[in-house]
Parts: sequence; C-alpha cells; structure tokens
Amino acid sequence: MNLSEFDSACLAGDLGEASQFAMSILVRIGEIQSASEMIDITRAHIDSTLFQGDATLEFAEKLAHMDAKVVVPTTLNVSGVDEHGWQDWAVPPEWAEKAHRQMIAYQSMGTEATWTCAPYQVSEKPSFGEQIAWGESNAVAFANSVLGARTIQYPDLLDVCAAITGRVPAVGLHLNENRAGEILLKLIDIPEDLQTDDSFAPVLGHLLGTIADDRVPVVEGLTVELAEDHLKAICAGGASSGAVHLFHIVGQTPEALTLAEAFQGHEPTEVHDINLRDLRRIRSELDSSQGKSLDMVVLGSPHFSFAEFRKLAPMLEGQQCHTGVDFLVTSSRAMVKLAREAGMLDTLEAFGGKVTVDTCILTTPMLFPETRHLMTNSAKYAYYSPGLLDAEVAFGSMADCVRSAISGRVQTNNSLWDS
Amino acid sequence: MGDFIQGKTLVEGKATGPALWSDKPLSFWGGYDQNTGEIIDRRHPLVGHIGANRIIAIPHTKGSSTSTAVLLEAVRRGKSPAAIITTGVASFLALASIVANELYDISFPVLMVDEDDFDKLESADWVSISDDGVIEIGADPQPTSPS
Repeated sequence: MNLSEFDSACLAGDLGEASQFAMSILVRIGEIQSASEMIDITRAHIDSTLFQGDATLEFAEKLAHMDAKVVVPTTLNVSGVDEHGWQDWAVPPEWAEKAHRQMIAYQSMGTEATWTCAPYQVSEKPSFGEQIAWGESNAVAFANSVLGARTIQYPDLLDVCAAITGRVPAVGLHLNENRAGEILLKLIDIPEDLQTDDSFAPVLGHLLGTIADDRVPVVEGLTVELAEDHLKAICAGGASSGAVHLFHIVGQTPEALTLAEAFQGHEPTEVHDINLRDLRRIRSELDSSQGKSLDMVVLGSPHFSFAEFRKLAPMLEGQQCHTGVDFLVTSSRAMVKLAREAGMLDTLEAFGGKVTVDTCILTTPMLFPETRHLMTNSAKYAYYSPGLLDAEVAFGSMADCVRSAISGRVQTNNSLWDS
Repeated sequence: MGDFIQGKTLVEGKATGPALWSDKPLSFWGGYDQNTGEIIDRRHPLVGHIGANRIIAIPHTKGSSTSTAVLLEAVRRGKSPAAIITTGVASFLALASIVANELYDISFPVLMVDEDDFDKLESADWVSISDDGVIEIGADPQPTSPS
C-alpha cells in the first residue's frame, strides 16, 4: 500500500502515540483489504462506544490515556448505559459504572456526545459523495443508500482509528465502481396503502438482507415515496438479516434516478420477482412469538425519531397501557428533548410508557429476567432479541404495538397484508 | 495423513482443534456468546455449538459493527475460536485478532480460502493451521475425549 507523507509521519509517531497506534492498525487492515492507498475522510461515527465488557473499556481507556483526539467531526453511537435512567432497570451497578467510564473515555476525544445509532437524525447529515467513516450497520446503510455519502461498514475499534487520523484505506464502497447495483428485486403489485404502513419497510429491509446478503440490491416497483423513518427501517432490517451496506431504490435514492444508473450500466446478476405472498412469508420470519403473551412493547431501533414521536403521541392520547405490559421507547437525547418540548413525553408517561436514551435493550442489560415476550415494529429488535435476550418477539405495526400494549395481549391487524 | 489446503493468511499463527463449518454467514454480535463461546443465533445452523477454542469456518461475518468487539472480549475471556477460516476478506475478524495482540499479547489466526477449498472443510473433524497458512484436514486425534 502506498502511504502518504502524513500516513508515514503518523506511523513514525511524529503526531503522537495515539495517531501512531491508530495508523498502525489502519495500515494492517488496509493491507489485508489489498488497498492501494489511504484517503481522507471528513466525518466519523464511532460504534466502538458500545460496552461489551472489559476489553472494549480497556481499548477506549488506552486511547484516552494516549490523549487521543479526533481530527474530523465525530458523532458517537449508543453506549452501554443510560447514565441517568439505568437504576430503574435491571442493569448491574458494575456494568453501569464501567459502561459510563467508556462513555467518558470517548467523550474525552473531542467528539460530539450524540449517543445514538441514528446520527443522521441529530447531527449535520453527510453530503452526497462525501467520504466518511461510519460504524453501526443501519447508519452505514443510511449514509450510503439514502444520503449518497461513501463509507464501508467500519467495525468497532477501527472507526475510532479513522476519526483519530482522518485517514482510511481506499476500499469497498468508498470507490465508485463498487457502488453499482448487483441484483434486482422487482416488487410486483404491492398495494400502496401497505407501502406507506410502518410495518412494510422493516419487512422489505429483512427481505433485502435475506436475498442480497452482502451484495448491492436494487429495488424497483415502489410506487410511494418512502419517508425517512421508513428508509431507516429498511436499512436496519437489511443490515441485520444480511450485510446490506448499500441499496438503491429506483427513482428514490440518489444514485438510482433510473434503473440503468443504479446498475451503472451493467446487467443485474440475478432478478427476483417479489409479490405480496413473498413479503408475507418474510414477515412471518420476523415473528418468533409462540402465542399472545406480552411482557413488553419496545419501539425505537434505530432510535425513535421526532417524527415517530409525533405519530405515536396521538395513538396514546387518553389510553392506558395494560398493567402487565412495559411500554418502552428507545431514542436519543436530542429527539427526546424535542419530544419533551412538544409535550409528547407527558403523553407517553400518562399512558404508562417510559423512555430510555443513549442506549437500547440490545446494548445494555436493562430487561428484567421475567421479560420474555416482546413486541416491536423494528426489524432489528425482532432479528436480534431472540439470540441476545433469549426472548420471543411479536412483530407488528406501531398501531398494532399500541393496541397490544393496551389490551395486554399480542394483537395484529393483518388486513393490509392479506389483500 | 489428511488433505492440505493453502489458505491466504490475514492474521498469522498456528492453531489446531475440532472444526465447525457452515456455509451460512454469522454475525458475532447476537450470534456468539463472548462469555461462553456458544453460538446463539437461533437462525444459524450452528446454534448451540461451542465455538471457543475450535476452528470456525464460515463464508463471512455479517450484520453488526460490534462483531469485532464481541470477539475481542471473547479473546480476553479465553473463549474465542482457535482460528477462523472464511472465503471473504474477514477484516472485522482479523481486526479483533490484531487488537487483541496489541492489548493482551494474544491473537488467533485468520485465513481466507477459495470456495472449493472451503467446501472441503465441510466434512473436516479436525483442522491444523500452520504459520504459513497451510490447513491440514484430518480426523480427531482423540475421538473419545470429551469436547
């Protein structure tokens, strides 16, 4: 790999111990990836913030002790603890203390304390064509697919190295030729009222990941323009069931004004026709519930947006959550602040709901052991909860989730899916 | 005398142990318990198997950026695989091994093989890996020992 003068100076330790450490790791990974050179990035999003145990803490504190500082605007992904709310849940104090130390370590590096898996909601969005280094799979898919920015999926530990040096190996989706569509998914006769329902996008995302795996899928046949939250849901679904870091939607996403542009003039290597029956089958894969029992409704993976709070609040107005059900929204500080100012948090709390910030049910051990039956409208929660939390998950729309929280039993209205 | 495969070394090292093979990619976050080394993704064919100190052959990792952190923690706890063999460039997995070496002076080999060779590993009971990336497929030398 050709190194610039700057890269070599970093490696030699001229810019300090942290830059040297970070560059040595970047260069080793660049060599493994067969990169020919390194390029500049102008933004980073650090997923290394997730506390996974002593190793991630020791890594963060090692960098902090080297006085590591980021050299590009850098947002932080979720942490391992809601530092103000963890006492209400099952989080062990030792976990909270260590996860909080890890937060302090990353904050000390000159980063923006966003603590969210949806940085595109709370910070300036990267622009089209901008080279960035983002971790967190849904955010990577969003940056590439929805914004047209350029990032590979940075693993934990490497994203912070990129932020400290402002340099990354020039590989994968950083390069134009790797951004062409590879396979085509043609949606056939999907009703428009289903396309606009919030249960549709997570299922479409789960389908993309299942079929595409790590290839770039192109979706044709959507007749409704998807809202940002629906695009977010596709990203989360596709990056959970598969390794989808970039997808194109013909006529909607910025590198796919036409089918030909999405494929950069090439032919698709595979074409899949997808009808409503296929989508129903895929939807059933997201649902691991065995019956109607319900302990908790959880919304907000990726983190709940202000638009979602605005949609949810009227559904909760004048209603009461069942006493046997917890109702939780996971979101960011910034979105919760907006919701509070708009009075929506009062509505949520009057309903009997709670909010957790900075983290989520998958990244902090907050759930009590008796919480076994979950319901969500998130493909990501539905995908990961069985393995990570040993919980059953019912999948439905936001309205289904609210209806079920009120009645205390899983209730889904499938009429849109049955037409 | 077993079959030999030449792998491409991403992270070098020696390893020997029972093999675990699947043609389905695995996310280590949500798929691998860092405290026990058990594979916990209920959608994965290897669910319930112990990956700790075994040689895991999977096409690639998928999903979360946190797979690297999970593997690093597994190394710290002595519950990481003895080696990982993939068909793709497994930079997430290699990174865990590289950082583990920086932090704890421990690493595990990560090798890449072509798809035909990967398929030969399906029936392997026991695999040995040498520093230069040669993979020997053999039978379990101690078939009666508890696993």
